[in-house]
Amino acid sequence: MKAPDFAYARPADLGAALALLAEHGTEAQPLAGGQSLMPMMNFRLAAPEILIDLSDVAELRGLERTRDTVRIGAMTRYRDLEDWPDLGGTLPLVAMALPHIAHDAIRNRGTIGGSIALCDPAAELPAVMRVLAAEIEVAGAEGSRRVAADDFFTGFYETACGEEELIVAIHVPVAEADRVYGFHELAQRHGDYAMAGVALSALSPNPIRSLRAAFFGIAATPVRLPDLEAALEGLTACEAQAAVTAALEGLDLLADTKASADMRRHLSGVVLKRALEAM
Amino acid sequence: MTGPLSELDRPNSYIGRAVPRADAARLLAGRGKYLDDIRLPRMLHAVFVRSPHAHARIKAIDTEAARAMPGVAAVYTGAEIAEHCTPWVGVLSHLAGLRSPPQHSVAVDVARWQGEPVAVVLARSRAEAEDAADLVDVDYEELPPVLDAEAALEPDSPRIHEGYDSNLAWERKVDVGDIDTAFAAPGVTVVERTFRFGRHTGVTLEARGTVCDYDPGEGVLTMHYSGQAPHMLQVILSRHLGMAEENVRVVSGDVGGSFGIKVHTYGDEIACAALSKMLERPVKFVADRQESFLTDIHARDHVVKARMGVDAEGRIVGIDMDDITGIGPYSMYPRTSAIECNQVLNLTGAPYMMENYRARGRVVFQNKTLMCQYRAVGHPIAMAVCDGLLEDVARATGRDPVELRRLNLMPDDGYPRASASGMKLADLSHQKTLEKLVELMDYDALRRDQEEARARGVLRGIGLCSMVEVTNPSPAFYGIGGAPIASQDGATCRLDAGGALHVSSSVTEQGQGTNAILAQIAADRFGVPIERVKVTTGDTATVPYGGGTWASRGAGIGGEAMLLAADALKHQVLEVAAALLQAEAGVLDIRNGTVVDATTGAERIALSDLARTVYYRGNELPPDLKPELIATRHYRVTDFPFVFTNGAMATHVEVDAETGFVKVLGFWVVEDCGTVINPMLVDEQVRGGVVQGIGGALYEECLYDEEGQLLTATMADYLVPMAAEMPDIEVAHVETPTSTSVLGAKGAGEAGTGGAPAALLNAVNDALAPLGASIWQQPMTPERVLRAMGRL
Repeated sequence: MKAPDFAYARPADLGAALALLAEHGTEAQPLAGGQSLMPMMNFRLAAPEILIDLSDVAELRGLERTRDTVRIGAMTRYRDLEDWPDLGGTLPLVAMALPHIAHDAIRNRGTIGGSIALCDPAAELPAVMRVLAAEIEVAGAEGSRRVAADDFFTGFYETACGEEELIVAIHVPVAEADRVYGFHELAQRHGDYAMAGVALSALSPNPIRSLRAAFFGIAATPVRLPDLEAALEGLTACEAQAAVTAALEGLDLLADTKASADMRRHLSGVVLKRALEAM
Repeated sequence: MTGPLSELDRPNSYIGRAVPRADAARLLAGRGKYLDDIRLPRMLHAVFVRSPHAHARIKAIDTEAARAMPGVAAVYTGAEIAEHCTPWVGVLSHLAGLRSPPQHSVAVDVARWQGEPVAVVLARSRAEAEDAADLVDVDYEELPPVLDAEAALEPDSPRIHEGYDSNLAWERKVDVGDIDTAFAAPGVTVVERTFRFGRHTGVTLEARGTVCDYDPGEGVLTMHYSGQAPHMLQVILSRHLGMAEENVRVVSGDVGGSFGIKVHTYGDEIACAALSKMLERPVKFVADRQESFLTDIHARDHVVKARMGVDAEGRIVGIDMDDITGIGPYSMYPRTSAIECNQVLNLTGAPYMMENYRARGRVVFQNKTLMCQYRAVGHPIAMAVCDGLLEDVARATGRDPVELRRLNLMPDDGYPRASASGMKLADLSHQKTLEKLVELMDYDALRRDQEEARARGVLRGIGLCSMVEVTNPSPAFYGIGGAPIASQDGATCRLDAGGALHVSSSVTEQGQGTNAILAQIAADRFGVPIERVKVTTGDTATVPYGGGTWASRGAGIGGEAMLLAADALKHQVLEVAAALLQAEAGVLDIRNGTVVDATTGAERIALSDLARTVYYRGNELPPDLKPELIATRHYRVTDFPFVFTNGAMATHVEVDAETGFVKVLGFWVVEDCGTVINPMLVDEQVRGGVVQGIGGALYEECLYDEEGQLLTATMADYLVPMAAEMPDIEVAHVETPTSTSVLGAKGAGEAGTGGAPAALLNAVNDALAPLGASIWQQPMTPERVLRAMGRL
């Protein structure tokens, strides 16, 4: 398992990185933490001609809190967030999700932008960002734009980030004082891809008031169902479980060696109930 | 301290002590020398082109584009390699009727499992070889894959081998007593279950591999190999490459785990030996993780329909079982893929008294990776079937499973005796181990906890297993059937001029501490500080001839040989000392590296002085004294086909009623492996074994799709047990030394793996019992548990 030959570039700023992307088009692949890309190259499932290492791009770094938003530079590593003393008070849902993301060694290298860009169906952060109504800032030759997380994750490993664009930062609203946050996922071993998971926020968990919930690990992209969220208003956690299972009927859910689609539908109800009950 | 010194208090008393391993610090510091650390001048890297299909005819192979790639030295097809390496057949004569067609190192004409090598590229680097391998153009004609072992036996199933009337490789029947009459007797309760055991594999930390180095000057082939049986491989290379055995040297350095995976003949490794000879250059191949999943032997894969009957008092009247096991397209060479099924038939019910036993085993070809001996060969199947049925009977008849065992286990004072299947048993302690287990786990408290949990709606279960383990095999295992596998092992002890002991042994070290216990035995019996013992294993050029380490034979057989050699050398040294000191050898002893007066302990002569006199100043010796400061002894088990050990284990689990997740709350093992040479190493063997057993019971499975594509070929898809999910594992011992040796040690390597799946099956079913549900398939994945509960 050795990657095929590739060229390597390490641009010093965003302009240079975007220029390289424009020059090489689909033959180029931006390299962030490499925790998914490098194995895929070694498996020869990905064979970019050139890797554009984003490590030195200053514009992609940094963790800044403004009054009601945190700007997380795309190259921020999971470890940087975990080590940020204000994380729990500022972004409690992110703090809840981080320990479930793989293992220490992977969190030492993996980046927030990388996770958002890859859009792995089982990834925690895309779901978290949908619940928090974060905005993803992408930059291209034409300048930068912001995309709402609800519109960003478009398909199986597909996002609204264009082929010649880069994710610069994720802008995450800080925790609202009147909302509570919950997170639960089910994996047979700690750190594995979840068979089902949910991230959520609400004004009140049980009975439910004003729920925002995104399920991950069950479909191609994080699942948010506004109709379901509305229907759950006023229900208890227990009642919500059955409502979730019913609402997911007919949706195209993932099936693999770990869980069938039926199992994922069933577990989705369980994780929502457990997340609510734990809040 | 007053009174005579006890066995453990005398100087150099190492047997029975938790002596730290001499090599642990070196390995933890990253100073191990594993196969991939070997880099030889002019070395080429081999990358195998592997069949993407489970079953396909190879119509043509075009290697031209690959040959033109940078760094490529050669590209060969299976047919080209076959001109230099003859095919093998994995059968043994004592497994009457076993058949398997000739297997080439690299497939010729037909590929019969996904991952079978069909061609090979040799290049300057692994990366360049992989680039070129992508360009080898193989024209396949897909053939229908045969995957399910039961379906493979249907008359209309496609055949895997031309000229065979079916896909059956071997069948064995056992019929003792009269099971039908026994089951039909009044008052007899019969339970029947169908057990399914998925395939899993060894997942060694260090992957398989080889560096083969043919020296045309001397006509000698050296194979560096990450494996367990160097002398076996020497014979195999000699046979299939047409070389004299003495011109083949097999060297096994540090080995990063084996678990039985590395005791077989793998085509890619043998092909590298042939290629090194063909090209007269060193050739390296190290399997990557995906290749390991596709080509390391898989284990288990059984469907067992079984019945057990008990009479009104709860006594087992007999077991009736039918085992079908899938082995892939060939029987593995040279140990065969029938041994596992054979063991299942031999071992089922072996801990218990019963008069009637009927069993049928069928070993079936299929288009999957070869299945063969892996840690605890056949044991987890035999133990889960028997103890699973036993606890099922307990539930059906309202009896306590511990009471039922007390009633049925063979009594400790009743040996030697035979099992219903005819196994000769001696020196076992089922009753003592069970009682100690019940105390260790506090069985009654766990039952109370279970009741309280049930009242809260929490599903907790307790499961036990009483087991036997096959260890210290005699020639009856392989040698009798014509396999080139030594059943005896040798050890050499040499006193050097500095007074140090150099020992060598034909058993091997795979990371479990074999070398450590060999040093303990030599130092203890001979009488030197353990720091002054240097151990050599794994090199056919230097160590005595023997079988290697597998089937839990390293300590029991290799250890006994070392004991005999150390005793012999001590005797020889004392004769020299007696001559030098003008004393009787009988009044002298060796302690702490010095010859002493046996009764007073007074120092007479240091071993270094004695040895220097012998080696440097022979003129000081009497002319008729011919000192031999080296001794070699060999040992084999003679009285029994195997030396059985026994143990009892139990686990406490909680089943999540909503998710089907099984959490292992605790695990307890009482093991009787006879003399415990190093309690620390034995306990870790047991714990590691239990973890592998938990893996098979809850996590690990090699899954294929309907085309025969392996779905679990990465560490993300194939779930090995991880530390975070593992329970505390408490280990205790009963020591009943085997009367077959002076040392008294039996094997300890496989008990955990053999018994843990049965205990877990029982615990989960105990937890599910209030729902009237049960599960009989392993691994017990969350979805399977939920489906068994009818909640999905």
